Amino acid sequence: MNFHLILFSAFGAVCVAGAVNLLAQRHPINSALSLITVMAALAGEYLLLGAEFVAAVQVIVYAGAIMVLFVFVIMLLNAGEEEETKGSRVAVMFGVPGMLIGGVLIAWVVLRHSGTEAVAIGALPGDPRDIAQLLFHNFLLPFEVTSVLILIAIMGAVVLASKPESQGKVD
Amino acid sequence: MPLGIFILVSVIKSLIILIVLLTAVAYTVWLERKVVGHMQNRWGPTRVGPFGLLQPAADGLKFLFKEDLTPPHVYKPLFLAAPMMAVIFALTSISVIPFGNSFVFGPFSLPHFLPFHWGGLVIGPYDIPLQITDVNIGLLMILGVTSLGVYGVALAGWSSNNKYSLLGGLRASAQMVSYEIALGLSLVGVLIQSGSFSLRDIVDAQGGHFLGFIPRWNIFHGQFIGFFVYLMAAYAETNRIPFDLPEAETELVAGYHTEYSSMKFAMFFMAEYANMITVACLATLLFFGGWHGPLFGPPLMQALLPVFWFVAKVVCFLFLYIWVRGTLPRFRYDQLMDFGWKFLLPLAIANLVATAIAVAW
Repeated sequence: MNFHLILFSAFGAVCVAGAVNLLAQRHPINSALSLITVMAALAGEYLLLGAEFVAAVQVIVYAGAIMVLFVFVIMLLNAGEEEETKGSRVAVMFGVPGMLIGGVLIAWVVLRHSGTEAVAIGALPGDPRDIAQLLFHNFLLPFEVTSVLILIAIMGAVVLASKPESQGKVD
Repeated sequence: MPLGIFILVSVIKSLIILIVLLTAVAYTVWLERKVVGHMQNRWGPTRVGPFGLLQPAADGLKFLFKEDLTPPHVYKPLFLAAPMMAVIFALTSISVIPFGNSFVFGPFSLPHFLPFHWGGLVIGPYDIPLQITDVNIGLLMILGVTSLGVYGVALAGWSSNNKYSLLGGLRASAQMVSYEIALGLSLVGVLIQSGSFSLRDIVDAQGGHFLGFIPRWNIFHGQFIGFFVYLMAAYAETNRIPFDLPEAETELVAGYHTEYSSMKFAMFFMAEYANMITVACLATLLFFGGWHGPLFGPPLMQALLPVFWFVAKVVCFLFLYIWVRGTLPRFRYDQLMDFGWKFLLPLAIANLVATAIAVAW
């Protein structure tokens, strides 16, 4: 059996186990850590597929920056264990069948349309040079527009988070 | 190279580098105590062995035999996992650092009395690089792994269930996330000049001389500001003076590792010094030409000199770390944030733009 395939399956198993654990854990910080495991395992999958740059960015941006902020917020709020409820009836009636149908649909689409064109392990064009060519040449305009969009979102967050002057002077 | 030989060579290289790194960590602690001692007009360790050279061994034994206390109200799984995470991430990043050129191993044949068909088998020649693995995203991998190092500190602070630890952990995560941006941007100038993420390619691009005698290192090649920003941000990333707010003993007892004792405390200590060594290695590779240096003497000496130059440069950086520690006081927290966001970050961006224009010219 192929060494790549064994590693790929192992990372996939870790990824799924992390995702299940994320839902099963009662404490928010454990869930956040499970999510980090999922991110790291996904990075491993990307690496095996040959997309080294995407893998590195996955670790740096998601596991190293965004999730740090998640953990930071959980620590600041000192969120405790979540309360256990019996689960809503709506979730059982609509959620479970919906999830099953969705899963079947995705499986059907993947099996129907992937055919022989599925990407072979290690064959994805993931060289930093190729990605730079795509990002800063072929798709330069969408890239710049997205960055402006993110800037607007940040400014919106700052405006919403900062209290108005008049309210600060109360008391 | 067949898979079996590849795995064998990788395991041997990993073991050697791990042992050398851990020894280097122990002796960096010794160097720090000695140098700071002399700067403060005292002797530092002198009692254990000549010049106190066996002090690290004594310290290690002491840590192993100390009582391993776990305070009653900590969140145990993370309290145990945090020091391990810190040390694992600190040790992992060394795996892509090259120490020198490659050397050729073999060919030689195995002796004839071996069982199976191994007798007389010819091994080699194999070209073995002095590095655990050369990946084409080496620099990004180091940045990724060091950015994960925050978790060890942050989770240690949180799981200790102690206000000083929590404050230390929060400070550490805020500081490391803030300075990571300046750190990353300061390296982009070097990347533009060398056109590769592979650390080996970056070092190879720095061979040769300007005007016949000035080495073509990146620091003499327009990256002085980049080096300055990198150095400042790296000091902040490793939580060293003057950026050691997360463990400021005058305010926070010991910060995030207040509740830790014995070997668990030693793991944080090891992680900090291993991170220092990684940062020093990276500074050497990116700005000071890695293993490039004058080569002379007989062939064996010529083969060993590059590694010597590399180690010498790294030791200079470690000395600089200790020198700064012996010289500067600690920042106030608002000064720390102002310095990172309002001074280092714009400076890094300016350096990036200037380098890009110069290269495009």
